[in-house]
Amino acid sequence: MALLKSSKIISTVGLHPPLGILSIRASSWWSEVQMGPPDPILGVSEAYKRDTNPKKINLGVGAYRDDQGKPYVLSCVRKAEAQIAAKKLDKEYLAIGGLGDFTKACAKLALGDDNEVIKSGRNITVQTISGTGSLRIGANFLSRFHTEARDVYLPKPSWGNHTPIFRDAGMQLKAYTYYDPKTCGFDFQGALNDISKIPEKSVIMLHACAHNPTGVDPRPEQWKEIADLVKKRNLLVFFDMAYQGFASGDIDRDAWAVRYFIEQGHNIVLSQSFAKNMGLYGERVGGFTVVCKDAEEAKRVESQLKILIRPIYSNPPMNGARIAATILNTPDLYKEWLGEVHGMANRIITMRELLVANLKKEGSTRNWKHVIDQIGMFCFTGLKPEQVERLTKEFSIYMTKDGRISMAGVTSGNVGYLAQGIHAVTK
Amino acid sequence: SSWWSEVQMGPPDPILGVSEAYKRDTNPKKMNLGVGAYRDDQGKPYVLSCVRKAEAQIAAKKLDKEYLAIGGLGDFTKACAKLALGDNNEVIKSGRNITVQTISGTGSLRIGANFLSRFHTEARDVYLPKPSWGNHTPIFRDAGMQLKAYTYYDPKTCGFDFQGALNDISKIPEKSIIMLHACAHNPTGVDPRPEQWKEIANLVKKRNLLVFFDMAYQGFASGDIDRDAWAVRYFIEQGHNIVLSQSFAKNMGLYGERVGGFTVVCKDAEEAKRVESQLKILIRPIYSNPPMNGARIAATILNTPDLYKEWLGEVHGMANRIITMRELLVANLKKEGSTQNWQHVIDQIGMFCFTGLKPEQVARLTKEFSVYMTKDGRISMAGVTSGNVGYLAQGIHAVTK
Repeated sequence: MALLKSSKIISTVGLHPPLGILSIRASSWWSEVQMGPPDPILGVSEAYKRDTNPKKINLGVGAYRDDQGKPYVLSCVRKAEAQIAAKKLDKEYLAIGGLGDFTKACAKLALGDDNEVIKSGRNITVQTISGTGSLRIGANFLSRFHTEARDVYLPKPSWGNHTPIFRDAGMQLKAYTYYDPKTCGFDFQGALNDISKIPEKSVIMLHACAHNPTGVDPRPEQWKEIADLVKKRNLLVFFDMAYQGFASGDIDRDAWAVRYFIEQGHNIVLSQSFAKNMGLYGERVGGFTVVCKDAEEAKRVESQLKILIRPIYSNPPMNGARIAATILNTPDLYKEWLGEVHGMANRIITMRELLVANLKKEGSTRNWKHVIDQIGMFCFTGLKPEQVERLTKEFSIYMTKDGRISMAGVTSGNVGYLAQGIHAVTK
Repeated sequence: SSWWSEVQMGPPDPILGVSEAYKRDTNPKKMNLGVGAYRDDQGKPYVLSCVRKAEAQIAAKKLDKEYLAIGGLGDFTKACAKLALGDNNEVIKSGRNITVQTISGTGSLRIGANFLSRFHTEARDVYLPKPSWGNHTPIFRDAGMQLKAYTYYDPKTCGFDFQGALNDISKIPEKSIIMLHACAHNPTGVDPRPEQWKEIANLVKKRNLLVFFDMAYQGFASGDIDRDAWAVRYFIEQGHNIVLSQSFAKNMGLYGERVGGFTVVCKDAEEAKRVESQLKILIRPIYSNPPMNGARIAATILNTPDLYKEWLGEVHGMANRIITMRELLVANLKKEGSTQNWQHVIDQIGMFCFTGLKPEQVARLTKEFSVYMTKDGRISMAGVTSGNVGYLAQGIHAVTK
């Protein structure tokens, strides 16, 4: 305290400070560290918080809300927590690869109970820090061991965080056409054209279901052609499945593309998240899977995944994995969970339908079919930046500049107001 | 055809190998002294009473599971910084620290390593004490730093090679990073005395080195959280703007919940804001935001006076049991008739003890007595109980007489 005071006094008076004292205080290790740009999505939430308009709506939020606009902790989660608490388990470290009961169930959920991959032991599935942690482990693994190619091809657009994840892991980012702004739908031909030019052995990122941010998913027959082309091009497929169950309401349907690719012989890598479909957001529950040639290869890959994970965080957090494992492995809870996921997906679908119905009621003559066709938590409205800005300024409706809204933030109570606002800025 | 044909089987983890061999052993007298987790006097894992109470309080609140901020739970990070630096620390009052929640100590060290790699471009070298925790090396290496070492442990005395350390530190190039274990050095249990810390602080300042403190055992070393944080606080007082990793794995028994903190002590609050923004940019593409459960438990304990008091008592209790085992082990070795100098077993501090046993002696201890430890002769005192200390003394005496 004395040092700080004396240096303040000295600088005020304008005398040269004794170098011995101020050479430590004045110099700094971090003088060259620049203020980084604020997170775009966080900025939306912060502006929303400051707004005093009672009708304000936050459509930036990437977390599910119930019809009262409140966070929703699943009933099966509360039951699982109670079961776990009653067991008075210890808090000993998990293995580097995580909780076995969780990783086994996690793989089964994605691949299907009777999947040949699991039966032959040719997958290695590790517990990760939700979807982001899974993607980063995958990126680091590819960077270290997939030396034939440095390029990762993301769909255009993709989740914002994909880019720094792969870049910080040492990969190069490229893109393939995906979204068609003219139709607010899938640019199938554009995608096939671009994919056909991707150099062999490059990594291609595919969103398994409920594409983020557009909500635009390929249809099954389109997935088949993509799988075929990707095989011809000999590309390494990285599936990001953050919304299994949350997209259509059916966990098998949402995993269809992943399972189809594997059936077709693609030895994929796969990231899974339980943030949305189990509402476990802050507990950070996820999985990373490598489908290998055989069980022997899976063992080698596992050993290297552990060597990679150990110097990042040693072993993963236990709480969320215990909850997820309890749900996945307890028939009653599993059944209840399927019902709750279906319920969440249904509410989203209902909001989509209500929004379009209300827009028509407002007198909008625009084609809003894409709002219903798109799937999952997000909707790419097609609104332009100026329109988004007006929506925010005049109606206190908050969303990201690209016109993406989180349907989870829409309720039967505010969908009418939302339709008013959107109609006003687009008529 | 396969993407992974060239992926080699990696070497097995040395410490895990010890535990696995222990599990396979059928000798009823077997002892696992590789375990780096506290055990009670019945050899069982110990969940702290204050932790159970905190959990009950949290469960009753029926909190949601919304994402934490990228930097973690505010109630936790504030308390975490206060615990390390002291309640009335000038650094905290002037807002010139940034403290983020991390995935226990490893996660903290890695965030720090990544941050240094990206922003401390004047030097690539990190100087670890010889020896250091095994995982320090891959943490810094995978983050892009170069590893070097300074003399620390003296195998002749099983103690601190103070002159050796000063000699080596005096040659470290300016602006390099020096890693210091705040207390309860892992794996040796050998800590500098306060007057030695003072000379080290002075020399490090002269050499203009960036200090990285690893404090994984605050409270667990001496039983007193302020005493264990003395070196960290002294360095800061002396004007070192340190970076600091903290873990709550051992001192709160929160191992698998993964609770830790990473702190950068900056020049002023404005710099702390810049550093914070860059830490967030670094963290977001690793795991987005940290796990909530353990941080809620730790925050509840640190911020609830009754629980905090109970916690201090329990940490003191754990440290005391370890100290008692050290004394019992030496007493039993003397009873066995050992004429070797075992003073270091009592002088060393924290969970681990560098016995001074050679690899051949360790191998015999394992083969003939089913006593498991790492090849370097390191034992976890946490694995010693009043029930097995006699047997341990027998075995150690047998292989060293």
